[in-house]
Amino acid sequence: MNAVAAARIWKFYGDYPALREISFEVAEGRCLALLGRNGAGKTTMLRILAGLSRASKGQVTLFGKDAAAAESRSRIGILGHGIAVYDELSALENLQLFARLYGLPRPAETALAWLEKTGLERVKNGLVREFSRGMRQRLAVARAFLHNPSVLLLDEPFTALDDRAIAVLQGLLVEARDSGRTIIMSTHQLREALELATDVALINRGRLAYCGERTGEMLADPTWLYRNYGEA
Amino acid sequence: MRYARQILTVAFKDLRSELRTKEAVNASVSFSLVILILFSFAFDPSAESTREFSGGLLWIVFAFAGALILNRSFARELQNDCLDALLASPVPASALFLGKSVANLLLLLAVELVGLPVFLVFYNARIVGSFWTLFGVMALATWGLTVVGTMFSALTVNLRLRELMLPMLVYPLMIPCLMAAIQLTTVLLGEPSLDAGQMVWLRFLVGFDVIFTALAVALVDTVLVG
Repeated sequence: MNAVAAARIWKFYGDYPALREISFEVAEGRCLALLGRNGAGKTTMLRILAGLSRASKGQVTLFGKDAAAAESRSRIGILGHGIAVYDELSALENLQLFARLYGLPRPAETALAWLEKTGLERVKNGLVREFSRGMRQRLAVARAFLHNPSVLLLDEPFTALDDRAIAVLQGLLVEARDSGRTIIMSTHQLREALELATDVALINRGRLAYCGERTGEMLADPTWLYRNYGEA
Repeated sequence: MRYARQILTVAFKDLRSELRTKEAVNASVSFSLVILILFSFAFDPSAESTREFSGGLLWIVFAFAGALILNRSFARELQNDCLDALLASPVPASALFLGKSVANLLLLLAVELVGLPVFLVFYNARIVGSFWTLFGVMALATWGLTVVGTMFSALTVNLRLRELMLPMLVYPLMIPCLMAAIQLTTVLLGEPSLDAGQMVWLRFLVGFDVIFTALAVALVDTVLVG
Protein backbone atom coordinates (compact mmCIF):
# COMPACT_ATOMS: atom_id res chain seq x y z
CA MET A 1 0.00 0.00 0.00
CA ASN A 2 1.18 3.53 -0.74
CA ALA A 3 1.82 5.48 2.43
CA VAL A 4 2.25 8.79 0.57
CA ALA A 5 1.12 9.69 -2.93
CA ALA A 6 1.65 13.06 -4.59
CA ALA A 7 -0.25 13.51 -7.85
CA ARG A 8 0.60 16.29 -10.33
CA ILE A 9 1.56 18.85 -7.67
CA TRP A 10 2.00 22.45 -8.72
CA LYS A 11 2.84 25.26 -6.34
CA PHE A 12 2.91 28.90 -7.40
CA TYR A 13 4.34 31.82 -5.42
CA GLY A 14 2.73 34.64 -7.35
CA ASP A 15 3.48 33.76 -10.97
CA TYR A 16 6.58 31.73 -10.12
CA PRO A 17 6.08 27.97 -10.20
CA ALA A 18 8.08 26.54 -7.28
CA LEU A 19 6.85 23.02 -8.07
CA ARG A 20 5.88 21.84 -11.56
CA GLU A 21 3.67 18.79 -11.89
CA ILE A 22 5.46 16.60 -9.38
CA SER A 23 4.14 13.07 -8.94
CA PHE A 24 5.58 10.25 -6.85
CA GLU A 25 4.47 7.48 -4.55
CA VAL A 26 6.16 6.09 -1.48
CA ALA A 27 5.16 2.62 -0.35
CA GLU A 28 4.67 1.84 3.33
CA GLY A 29 7.95 1.08 5.09
CA ARG A 30 10.13 2.73 2.42
CA CYS A 31 12.55 5.60 2.96
CA LEU A 32 12.69 8.28 0.28
CA ALA A 33 15.61 10.69 0.07
CA LEU A 34 14.40 13.92 -1.51
CA LEU A 35 17.43 15.53 -3.12
CA GLY A 36 18.05 18.77 -4.97
CA ARG A 37 20.04 21.98 -4.93
CA ASN A 38 19.07 24.92 -2.70
CA GLY A 39 15.81 26.42 -3.94
CA ALA A 40 14.88 23.33 -5.94
CA GLY A 41 11.55 22.99 -4.09
CA LYS A 42 12.30 20.26 -1.52
CA THR A 43 11.05 22.21 1.50
CA THR A 44 7.96 23.39 -0.40
CA MET A 45 7.19 19.76 -1.28
CA LEU A 46 7.64 18.62 2.31
CA ARG A 47 5.42 21.45 3.59
CA ILE A 48 2.67 20.38 1.20
CA LEU A 49 3.04 16.75 2.29
CA ALA A 50 2.74 17.86 5.94
CA GLY A 51 -0.38 19.94 5.27
CA LEU A 52 1.44 23.18 6.19
CA SER A 53 0.93 24.62 2.72
CA ARG A 54 -1.66 23.95 0.05
CA ALA A 55 -0.73 22.81 -3.44
CA SER A 56 -1.92 25.22 -6.15
CA LYS A 57 -2.88 22.16 -8.22
CA GLY A 58 -2.75 18.44 -7.61
CA GLN A 59 -3.43 16.24 -4.63
CA VAL A 60 -1.50 14.62 -1.81
CA THR A 61 -2.85 11.55 -0.06
CA LEU A 62 -1.63 9.69 3.00
CA PHE A 63 -2.73 6.06 3.15
CA GLY A 64 -5.39 6.96 0.58
CA LYS A 65 -6.80 9.94 2.51
CA ASP A 66 -6.35 13.67 2.03
CA ALA A 67 -3.04 14.65 3.66
CA ALA A 68 -4.58 17.80 5.18
CA ALA A 69 -7.23 15.85 7.12
CA ALA A 70 -6.80 15.67 10.90
CA GLU A 71 -6.59 11.87 10.76
CA SER A 72 -3.70 12.06 8.29
CA ARG A 73 -1.92 14.77 10.26
CA SER A 74 -2.00 12.62 13.40
CA ARG A 75 0.05 9.99 11.49
CA ILE A 76 2.80 12.44 10.47
CA GLY A 77 5.88 13.36 12.45
CA ILE A 78 7.69 16.42 11.16
CA LEU A 79 11.15 17.73 11.88
CA GLY A 80 11.75 20.98 10.04
CA HIS A 81 14.35 23.73 10.10
CA GLY A 82 13.14 25.13 13.44
CA ILE A 83 13.12 23.03 16.61
CA ALA A 84 9.40 23.82 17.16
CA VAL A 85 9.49 23.72 20.94
CA TYR A 86 8.70 26.57 23.32
CA ASP A 87 11.62 28.31 25.03
CA GLU A 88 9.56 29.42 28.03
CA LEU A 89 8.25 25.92 28.81
CA SER A 90 10.23 23.08 30.36
CA ALA A 91 11.25 20.01 28.35
CA LEU A 92 8.55 17.96 30.08
CA GLU A 93 5.88 20.63 29.58
CA ASN A 94 6.75 20.85 25.87
CA LEU A 95 6.41 17.13 25.29
CA GLN A 96 3.26 16.91 27.42
CA LEU A 97 1.76 19.73 25.39
CA PHE A 98 2.34 17.93 22.09
CA ALA A 99 1.23 14.60 23.58
CA ARG A 100 -2.08 16.26 24.52
CA LEU A 101 -2.44 17.92 21.12
CA TYR A 102 -2.01 14.49 19.50
CA GLY A 103 -4.58 13.03 21.90
CA LEU A 104 -2.17 10.46 23.39
CA PRO A 105 -3.73 8.56 26.31
CA ARG A 106 -0.97 9.08 28.93
CA PRO A 107 0.81 12.37 28.09
CA ALA A 108 3.06 12.50 31.17
CA GLU A 109 4.31 8.91 30.89
CA THR A 110 4.90 9.23 27.14
CA ALA A 111 6.76 12.51 27.59
CA LEU A 112 8.97 11.04 30.31
CA ALA A 113 9.73 7.96 28.22
CA TRP A 114 10.90 10.14 25.32
CA LEU A 115 12.96 12.38 27.57
CA GLU A 116 14.73 9.25 28.80
CA LYS A 117 15.21 7.97 25.25
CA THR A 118 16.84 11.23 24.16
CA GLY A 119 18.96 11.60 27.31
CA LEU A 120 17.09 14.61 28.69
CA GLU A 121 15.42 13.06 31.74
CA ARG A 122 17.79 14.83 34.15
CA VAL A 123 16.80 18.25 32.83
CA LYS A 124 13.10 17.47 32.37
CA ASN A 125 12.02 20.47 34.48
CA GLY A 126 14.56 22.88 33.02
CA LEU A 127 13.26 25.64 30.75
CA VAL A 128 14.19 25.13 27.10
CA ARG A 129 15.66 28.66 26.89
CA GLU A 130 18.36 27.49 29.32
CA PHE A 131 19.26 24.45 27.20
CA SER A 132 22.33 24.09 24.99
CA ARG A 133 21.78 23.85 21.24
CA GLY A 134 22.33 20.10 21.25
CA MET A 135 19.80 19.54 24.05
CA ARG A 136 17.21 21.65 22.22
CA GLN A 137 17.76 19.60 19.07
CA ARG A 138 17.32 16.32 20.93
CA LEU A 139 14.10 17.67 22.41
CA ALA A 140 12.92 18.55 18.89
CA VAL A 141 13.63 14.97 17.79
CA ALA A 142 11.63 13.67 20.76
CA ARG A 143 8.76 16.00 19.83
CA ALA A 144 8.70 14.71 16.25
CA PHE A 145 8.71 11.00 17.28
CA LEU A 146 6.50 11.37 20.39
CA HIS A 147 3.21 10.15 18.88
CA ASN A 148 4.71 7.16 17.08
CA PRO A 149 4.02 8.53 13.58
CA SER A 150 3.56 6.21 10.58
CA VAL A 151 5.16 8.77 8.26
CA LEU A 152 8.21 10.86 9.12
CA LEU A 153 8.88 14.05 7.16
CA LEU A 154 12.35 15.37 7.80
CA ASP A 155 13.68 18.59 6.30
CA GLU A 156 17.49 18.68 6.43
CA PRO A 157 17.39 16.59 9.62
CA PHE A 158 21.16 16.41 10.18
CA THR A 159 21.93 20.07 9.49
CA ALA A 160 23.35 21.91 12.53
CA LEU A 161 22.97 18.90 14.82
CA ASP A 162 25.75 18.13 17.27
CA ASP A 163 27.34 14.67 17.40
CA ARG A 164 25.09 13.36 20.14
CA ALA A 165 21.91 14.60 18.45
CA ILE A 166 23.05 13.03 15.15
CA ALA A 167 23.60 9.71 16.94
CA VAL A 168 20.17 9.91 18.59
CA LEU A 169 18.46 10.78 15.31
CA GLN A 170 20.29 8.15 13.27
CA GLY A 171 19.39 5.48 15.83
CA LEU A 172 15.73 6.51 15.78
CA LEU A 173 15.60 6.61 11.98
CA VAL A 174 17.09 3.13 11.62
CA GLU A 175 14.63 1.88 14.26
CA ALA A 176 11.76 3.60 12.41
CA ARG A 177 12.80 2.16 9.06
CA ASP A 178 13.21 -1.34 10.51
CA SER A 179 9.81 -1.16 12.18
CA GLY A 180 8.13 -0.43 8.85
CA ARG A 181 7.54 3.30 9.12
CA THR A 182 7.72 5.48 6.05
CA ILE A 183 10.38 8.19 5.92
CA ILE A 184 10.73 11.09 3.51
CA MET A 185 13.70 13.33 4.08
CA SER A 186 15.24 16.18 2.20
CA THR A 187 18.95 16.59 2.66
CA HIS A 188 22.24 17.78 1.22
CA GLN A 189 24.19 15.13 3.12
CA LEU A 190 24.15 12.61 0.28
CA ARG A 191 26.16 9.80 1.83
CA GLU A 192 24.11 9.61 5.07
CA ALA A 193 20.84 9.93 3.15
CA LEU A 194 21.69 7.30 0.54
CA GLU A 195 22.82 4.82 3.20
CA LEU A 196 19.43 5.06 4.88
CA ALA A 197 17.21 5.48 1.80
CA THR A 198 15.50 2.76 -0.20
CA ASP A 199 14.30 5.24 -2.84
CA VAL A 200 15.56 8.52 -4.23
CA ALA A 201 13.82 11.51 -5.81
CA LEU A 202 15.75 14.40 -7.36
CA ILE A 203 14.07 17.78 -7.85
CA ASN A 204 15.55 20.29 -10.29
CA ARG A 205 14.06 23.79 -10.35
CA GLY A 206 10.67 22.49 -9.26
CA ARG A 207 10.59 19.52 -11.65
CA LEU A 208 11.05 15.88 -10.72
CA ALA A 209 14.21 14.86 -12.58
CA TYR A 210 14.51 11.34 -11.17
CA CYS A 211 12.42 9.08 -8.96
CA GLY A 212 13.24 5.44 -8.35
CA GLU A 213 15.00 2.93 -6.18
CA ARG A 214 18.40 3.72 -4.76
CA THR A 215 20.97 1.81 -6.75
CA GLY A 216 24.43 0.52 -6.03
CA GLU A 217 25.88 3.19 -8.32
CA MET A 218 24.42 5.93 -6.14
CA LEU A 219 25.80 4.38 -3.00
CA ALA A 220 29.25 3.91 -4.54
CA ASP A 221 29.32 7.47 -5.84
CA PRO A 222 26.86 9.88 -4.16
CA THR A 223 27.38 12.47 -6.92
CA TRP A 224 26.33 9.98 -9.65
CA LEU A 225 22.70 11.09 -9.50
CA TYR A 226 23.53 14.80 -9.87
CA ARG A 227 25.93 14.07 -12.74
CA ASN A 228 23.37 12.04 -14.67
CA TYR A 229 20.08 13.76 -13.80
CA GLY A 230 21.06 17.10 -12.29
CA GLU A 231 21.31 20.51 -13.90
CA ALA A 232 23.99 21.03 -16.46
CA MET B 1 -15.27 16.84 24.15
CA ARG B 2 -11.92 16.32 22.41
CA TYR B 3 -12.37 19.66 20.65
CA ALA B 4 -12.92 21.42 23.99
CA ARG B 5 -9.82 19.71 25.42
CA GLN B 6 -7.75 20.91 22.46
CA ILE B 7 -8.99 24.49 22.98
CA LEU B 8 -8.12 24.35 26.68
CA THR B 9 -4.68 22.82 25.98
CA VAL B 10 -3.80 25.69 23.62
CA ALA B 11 -5.25 28.30 26.01
CA PHE B 12 -3.38 26.86 28.98
CA LYS B 13 -0.13 26.76 27.00
CA ASP B 14 -0.48 30.43 26.00
CA LEU B 15 -1.35 31.52 29.54
CA ARG B 16 1.58 29.58 30.99
CA SER B 17 3.99 31.05 28.42
CA GLU B 18 2.76 34.58 29.04
CA LEU B 19 2.79 34.27 32.81
CA ARG B 20 6.40 33.00 32.66
CA THR B 21 7.65 35.91 30.54
CA LYS B 22 4.98 38.54 31.38
CA GLU B 23 6.11 40.38 28.22
CA ALA B 24 2.69 41.43 26.93
CA VAL B 25 0.84 41.67 30.26
CA ASN B 26 3.43 43.95 31.88
CA ALA B 27 3.44 46.25 28.85
CA SER B 28 -0.35 46.28 28.65
CA VAL B 29 -0.96 46.95 32.36
CA SER B 30 1.72 49.66 32.46
CA PHE B 31 0.32 51.31 29.35
CA SER B 32 -3.26 51.37 30.62
CA LEU B 33 -2.24 52.72 34.04
CA VAL B 34 -0.04 55.45 32.58
CA ILE B 35 -2.73 56.62 30.17
CA LEU B 36 -5.46 56.58 32.84
CA ILE B 37 -3.30 58.55 35.26
CA LEU B 38 -2.12 61.04 32.63
CA PHE B 39 -5.68 61.72 31.49
CA SER B 40 -6.75 62.27 35.10
CA PHE B 41 -4.36 65.25 35.15
CA ALA B 42 -5.60 66.51 31.80
CA PHE B 43 -9.30 66.59 32.76
CA ASP B 44 -11.10 68.05 35.71
CA PRO B 45 -12.77 64.93 37.05
CA SER B 46 -15.92 66.50 38.47
CA ALA B 47 -18.72 63.97 38.91
CA GLU B 48 -20.84 65.04 35.90
CA SER B 49 -18.08 65.29 33.31
CA THR B 50 -16.60 61.99 34.47
CA ARG B 51 -19.90 60.24 33.86
CA GLU B 52 -20.05 61.59 30.31
CA PHE B 53 -16.65 60.45 29.12
CA SER B 54 -16.03 57.51 31.48
CA GLY B 55 -17.07 54.71 29.10
CA GLY B 56 -15.23 56.22 26.15
CA LEU B 57 -12.00 56.76 28.05
CA LEU B 58 -12.02 53.31 29.60
CA TRP B 59 -12.64 51.45 26.35
CA ILE B 60 -10.14 53.46 24.32
CA VAL B 61 -7.50 52.63 26.93
CA PHE B 62 -8.55 48.95 26.98
CA ALA B 63 -8.53 48.73 23.18
CA PHE B 64 -5.02 50.20 22.89
CA ALA B 65 -3.67 48.17 25.81
CA GLY B 66 -5.31 45.08 24.33
CA ALA B 67 -3.46 45.48 21.04
CA LEU B 68 -0.19 44.87 22.92
CA ILE B 69 -1.48 41.48 24.09
CA LEU B 70 -3.15 40.55 20.79
CA ASN B 71 -0.01 41.36 18.82
CA ARG B 72 1.94 38.72 20.73
CA SER B 73 -0.70 36.04 20.30
CA PHE B 74 0.52 34.46 17.05
CA ALA B 75 3.90 36.23 16.97
CA ARG B 76 4.85 34.06 19.97
CA GLU B 77 4.54 31.01 17.70
CA LEU B 78 7.16 32.28 15.24
CA GLN B 79 9.99 31.60 17.66
CA ASN B 80 11.54 28.21 16.74
CA ASP B 81 8.82 27.69 14.06
CA CYS B 82 6.34 26.51 16.70
CA LEU B 83 3.40 27.50 14.49
CA ASP B 84 4.39 24.77 12.01
CA ALA B 85 4.34 22.15 14.75
CA LEU B 86 0.90 23.31 15.90
CA LEU B 87 -0.50 23.32 12.36
CA ALA B 88 1.01 19.91 11.60
CA SER B 89 -0.71 18.43 14.65
CA PRO B 90 -4.25 17.06 14.31
CA VAL B 91 -5.67 20.06 16.18
CA PRO B 92 -8.10 21.92 13.88
CA ALA B 93 -7.10 25.50 13.09
CA SER B 94 -10.39 26.67 14.64
CA ALA B 95 -9.51 24.98 17.98
CA LEU B 96 -6.10 26.61 17.85
CA PHE B 97 -7.75 29.98 17.19
CA LEU B 98 -10.35 29.57 19.94
CA GLY B 99 -7.69 28.44 22.42
CA LYS B 100 -5.66 31.54 21.71
CA SER B 101 -8.77 33.71 21.93
CA VAL B 102 -9.68 32.28 25.35
CA ALA B 103 -6.14 32.96 26.63
CA ASN B 104 -6.26 36.51 25.23
CA LEU B 105 -9.70 37.08 26.76
CA LEU B 106 -8.45 36.13 30.22
CA LEU B 107 -5.31 38.26 29.90
CA LEU B 108 -7.27 41.27 28.65
CA LEU B 109 -9.89 40.90 31.40
CA ALA B 110 -7.08 40.81 33.96
CA VAL B 111 -5.68 44.07 32.54
CA GLU B 112 -9.16 45.63 32.63
CA LEU B 113 -9.73 44.52 36.22
CA VAL B 114 -6.50 46.28 37.20
CA GLY B 115 -7.38 49.40 35.20
CA LEU B 116 -10.99 49.74 36.41
CA PRO B 117 -10.28 50.46 40.12
CA VAL B 118 -7.52 52.88 39.14
CA PHE B 119 -10.02 54.69 36.93
CA LEU B 120 -12.61 54.79 39.74
CA VAL B 121 -10.09 56.27 42.18
CA PHE B 122 -8.44 58.83 39.88
CA TYR B 123 -11.71 60.02 38.29
CA ASN B 124 -13.71 60.09 41.48
CA ALA B 125 -16.25 57.72 39.91
CA ARG B 126 -18.22 54.76 41.22
CA ILE B 127 -20.20 51.90 39.75
CA VAL B 128 -23.84 52.90 40.34
CA GLY B 129 -25.24 49.78 38.62
CA SER B 130 -24.37 46.20 39.48
CA PHE B 131 -20.67 45.30 39.26
CA TRP B 132 -21.57 41.93 37.78
CA THR B 133 -23.64 43.54 35.00
CA LEU B 134 -20.67 45.77 34.22
CA PHE B 135 -18.37 42.73 34.32
CA GLY B 136 -20.72 40.93 31.92
CA VAL B 137 -20.55 43.87 29.50
CA MET B 138 -16.75 43.95 29.84
CA ALA B 139 -16.54 40.22 29.14
CA LEU B 140 -18.81 40.45 26.07
CA ALA B 141 -17.00 43.46 24.64
CA THR B 142 -13.58 42.00 25.41
CA TRP B 143 -14.53 38.76 23.62
CA GLY B 144 -15.49 40.84 20.57
CA LEU B 145 -12.17 42.72 20.63
CA THR B 146 -10.28 39.48 21.25
CA VAL B 147 -11.87 37.53 18.40
CA VAL B 148 -11.18 40.28 15.85
CA GLY B 149 -7.70 40.94 17.24
CA THR B 150 -6.66 37.29 17.39
CA MET B 151 -7.85 36.70 13.84
CA PHE B 152 -5.83 39.65 12.56
CA SER B 153 -2.88 38.57 14.69
CA ALA B 154 -2.93 35.34 12.64
CA LEU B 155 -3.29 37.30 9.41
CA THR B 156 -0.39 39.66 10.13
CA VAL B 157 1.91 37.14 11.82
CA ASN B 158 4.36 36.99 8.91
CA LEU B 159 4.44 40.76 8.25
CA ARG B 160 7.52 42.68 9.27
CA LEU B 161 5.43 45.68 10.40
CA ARG B 162 2.83 43.62 12.22
CA GLU B 163 2.97 45.82 15.35
CA LEU B 164 1.82 48.71 13.18
CA MET B 165 -0.46 46.77 10.84
CA LEU B 166 -2.51 45.02 13.51
CA PRO B 167 -3.96 48.18 15.12
CA MET B 168 -4.53 49.78 11.71
CA LEU B 169 -6.51 46.78 10.52
CA VAL B 170 -8.46 45.91 13.65
CA TYR B 171 -9.57 49.26 15.06
CA PRO B 172 -11.98 50.07 12.20
CA LEU B 173 -13.55 46.63 12.62
CA MET B 174 -13.77 47.06 16.39
CA ILE B 175 -15.74 50.32 16.16
CA PRO B 176 -19.24 48.73 16.45
CA CYS B 177 -18.14 46.65 19.44
CA LEU B 178 -16.48 49.67 21.08
CA MET B 179 -19.56 51.86 20.51
CA ALA B 180 -21.79 49.34 22.30
CA ALA B 181 -19.29 48.84 25.11
CA ILE B 182 -18.88 52.62 25.59
CA GLN B 183 -22.64 53.21 25.72
CA LEU B 184 -23.30 50.40 28.18
CA THR B 185 -20.32 51.20 30.44
CA THR B 186 -21.25 54.90 30.60
CA VAL B 187 -24.78 53.96 31.67
CA LEU B 188 -23.67 51.42 34.28
CA LEU B 189 -21.26 53.93 35.85
CA GLY B 190 -24.08 56.45 36.31
CA GLU B 191 -27.38 54.58 36.57
CA PRO B 192 -28.56 51.59 38.60
CA SER B 193 -29.61 49.40 35.67
CA LEU B 194 -30.05 49.20 31.90
CA ASP B 195 -33.42 50.27 30.51
CA ALA B 196 -35.13 48.80 27.45
CA GLY B 197 -33.49 51.27 25.07
CA GLN B 198 -30.03 50.39 26.32
CA MET B 199 -30.73 46.67 26.00
CA VAL B 200 -30.51 47.19 22.23
CA TRP B 201 -26.78 47.87 22.70
CA LEU B 202 -26.43 44.68 24.71
CA ARG B 203 -28.10 42.65 21.96
CA PHE B 204 -25.90 44.45 19.44
CA LEU B 205 -22.81 43.38 21.41
CA VAL B 206 -23.96 39.75 21.56
CA GLY B 207 -24.69 39.84 17.82
CA PHE B 208 -21.22 41.24 17.09
CA ASP B 209 -19.60 38.48 19.15
CA VAL B 210 -21.61 35.71 17.49
CA ILE B 211 -21.05 36.95 13.93
CA PHE B 212 -17.33 37.63 14.26
CA THR B 213 -16.68 34.39 16.18
CA ALA B 214 -18.46 32.38 13.46
CA LEU B 215 -16.61 34.23 10.67
CA ALA B 216 -13.23 33.79 12.34
CA VAL B 217 -13.77 30.08 13.02
CA ALA B 218 -14.83 29.55 9.40
CA LEU B 219 -11.90 31.49 7.89
CA VAL B 220 -8.97 30.80 10.19
CA ASP B 221 -7.85 27.62 8.38
CA THR B 222 -7.52 29.59 5.13
CA VAL B 223 -5.66 32.37 6.93
CA LEU B 224 -3.15 30.07 8.62
CA VAL B 225 -2.51 27.45 5.94
CA GLY B 226 -3.21 29.60 2.90
